[in-house]
Amino acid sequence: MADTTVTKTAEPVSSAAMRRQMLREFWFYFSENRGAVLGLIIFVLLVIVAVFASLIAPHSPFQQYRDFVLLPPAWQEGGNPSYLLGTDPVGRDILSRLIYGAQYSLFIGVFVTTLSLVGGIVVGLIAGYYRGWVDTVIMRLMDIILAFPSLLLALVLVAILGPSLTNGMIAIALTLQPHFVRLTRAAVMAEKTRDYVTASRLAGAGPLRLMFKTILPNCTAPLIVQATLSFSNAILDAAALGFLGMGAQPPAPEWGTMLAEAREFILRAWWVVTFPGLAILITVLAINLMGDGLRDALDPKLKRS
Amino acid sequence: MFGFLLRRLAVLIPTFIGVSIIAFSFIRLLPGDPVELLSGERVMSPERHAIISHDLGFDRPIVVQYFDYLGGVMTGDFGTSIVSKKPILDQFWSLFPATVELSFCAIILAIALGIPAGMIAAIKRGSIFDQGLMGIALVGYSMPIFWWGLLLIILFSGTLQWFPVSGRISLMFFFKPVTGFMLIDSLMSGQKGAFASALSHLALPSIVLATIPLAVIARQTRSAMLEVLSEDYVRTARAKGLSPFRVVGIHALRNAMIPVITTIGLQIGVMLAGAILTETIFSWPGIGKWMVDSVFRRDYAVIQGGLLLIAAIIMIVNLIVDLLYGLINPRIRH
Repeated sequence: MADTTVTKTAEPVSSAAMRRQMLREFWFYFSENRGAVLGLIIFVLLVIVAVFASLIAPHSPFQQYRDFVLLPPAWQEGGNPSYLLGTDPVGRDILSRLIYGAQYSLFIGVFVTTLSLVGGIVVGLIAGYYRGWVDTVIMRLMDIILAFPSLLLALVLVAILGPSLTNGMIAIALTLQPHFVRLTRAAVMAEKTRDYVTASRLAGAGPLRLMFKTILPNCTAPLIVQATLSFSNAILDAAALGFLGMGAQPPAPEWGTMLAEAREFILRAWWVVTFPGLAILITVLAINLMGDGLRDALDPKLKRS
Repeated sequence: MFGFLLRRLAVLIPTFIGVSIIAFSFIRLLPGDPVELLSGERVMSPERHAIISHDLGFDRPIVVQYFDYLGGVMTGDFGTSIVSKKPILDQFWSLFPATVELSFCAIILAIALGIPAGMIAAIKRGSIFDQGLMGIALVGYSMPIFWWGLLLIILFSGTLQWFPVSGRISLMFFFKPVTGFMLIDSLMSGQKGAFASALSHLALPSIVLATIPLAVIARQTRSAMLEVLSEDYVRTARAKGLSPFRVVGIHALRNAMIPVITTIGLQIGVMLAGAILTETIFSWPGIGKWMVDSVFRRDYAVIQGGLLLIAAIIMIVNLIVDLLYGLINPRIRH
C-alpha cells in the first residue's frame, strides 16, 4: 500500500498564525482557572455598562429629586420602584450614579495604569540598559518613593497640586511607578546578556532599537501581571482619595466620593454606603481574579495550584 | 552580620537624605508664598513679612536653608505646627502610641489568623477549605477598607450595639496617660471597666486594619507551604515515619516562614497607609488621622514634618525586618 502520509516540506509559519497559536495556548491555560474567566466576564460587563451608561441608567446622575430624599431601595418599606437602589441625601438616584461611576473607575484604572506603565518601562529600560550612576540615581529615587506609604504620598501630592480627580490620578500613578521600574530593570538586566541581544548589537542595532524592539517584547509577562495589580490598586486608591475628599470632587458620581457624602448617614440610611462600596469591591475583585489567572497562564512556572 | 548591618545602613542614609530633600522642597513647591503658608497669616505688611521671613530663614540661600532644616531634624526640631503652635515632634510622640497600639493589635490578628489559614489551605490543597479560604482572602484584599469599616460600624455599632463607634476609650474614664498605650494604662489605672472599654474600642479598628494583611499573609503562607511541602526533605521526613504534625508543624513550617516573614515586614509598612483610612473612620487619634486633618487644615508645617517622620519610621521598621530576616536566613547575609 502506498504510503499516503507524505511528509510535507516545512512551510514557514506566518507571524499571524503564530500569534493565533500563542493566543490559543494562552486561552487554554487562562480558561482552566474558573475564577479568572468569571473575573473576565464581570469586567466585560462593567465595560459595557460604562460605555452604554447614558442608555442604561434610568436617571441622570446629577438630577436631584428634592421630594424623594434618602429613599430606601425599592424592595424595602418606603421604597420607590423608579429608584431601584434608593436615593442619596440630596435625592439623586443611586443606581444611575453607580452606573456612571463605572465610567470614572474604569477611566481611572486605564489612565493611571497607562501612565505608570509607560513611565515605569521607559525609566526601567534606561536604568537596566545603561547601568552605572544613572541606574544608581534612578533606583535611589524609586526607593525614596517607596519609603512613603502610597496613600500618604498621594495625599501630600494632591495637597500640593490641589484636590481634583486629575491630580489624584497623577499622584497615584507616581506611587505605582517604582514597581514597573523595578520589574523592567530586572528583566532588562537578565535579558541584556543573552545571545540574541548580543547578536542584534553586532548586526548594528542602536540602543533605542535594542531596548524597545529586542529586549522589551520578552519582558512583557511580569509587566502584564503587574499592570492588572496596578489597575485594581489605582481604583482602590482613587476611591480612597475620593473618600478623603482629595480626589474626584462632588457632585461627580465617583464611587469613593459617593461614600464620603454618605458617611454621616450610615446609621440612618445603610443603602447609601453599601452599594457604592459593593461596586468597588466587585470591580476590584473581578480584576484581581483576572490578574491571578493571567499570572498562572502567562508563566506556567509560576502556576501554584 | 555587622557588615550586613553596615551595608543596609549605607543604603538607608542617601534614601533618608533624599526623603528630607523632598520634605524640605514640599513647602516651596506649593502654590503661593511660603512665608504666608508657614506662618498662617494671610495679609501682612511688608515689614511684618520681612520679620517673619527672617525668623523662618527664608532670606538665606536655599542650600543654607536646607542644611539648617537638616540640622534641626537631627536635633529633633521638626518645626512648629501652624494650627496648634506646638512643636511637631512633641505632637508626633503624643499621637504615635495610638497608631502603634492599633497596628500592633492588627498585625497580631493578621498573623494569628492568616498563618493557620494559609497552612490549612496548603495542607488540604484543592479542597473546599482551600478554595473557600483563598476566596475569602481574595475578597479581603479587593475590598476598600474604608467601606469595610463603615459596614462593620453599621452592623456592630448600629444594629447590634456590641462595639463603640469611635475613640480609644469611653469618655467616662479619665486617667493620666503613662505609656500612651490605652490597654496598659487602663489596666494600671485600676478603674473598673476601663480595660474592657479600651479593648472594645480597639476591636473594630483592629479588625478593619488587619483585613488586608491577613489576606496577603494567608495567601503567602499557602504558596510558601505548597513549595516547601513538595520538597525532598519533607518526603524524607515522612518516609522516616515522623508524625504528620511534626513534619508539617516543625520541619515544613520553619522553612516556609522565611518568605512569610518578609511579607509580614512589608505589611507593617502597608499598615501605616491603611491606618490613615481606619483612623479617619473610627476617629482614632493617631498619626494617620493627624496627617489627614493637617492636609485639610492646610497645616503645611505638620505635613512636611509628619511626612519626614513617617518615612523615617518606615525605613527603620524595614531595616529591623531586614536584619531579622538576615538572622533567620544566613544565605542572604553575603
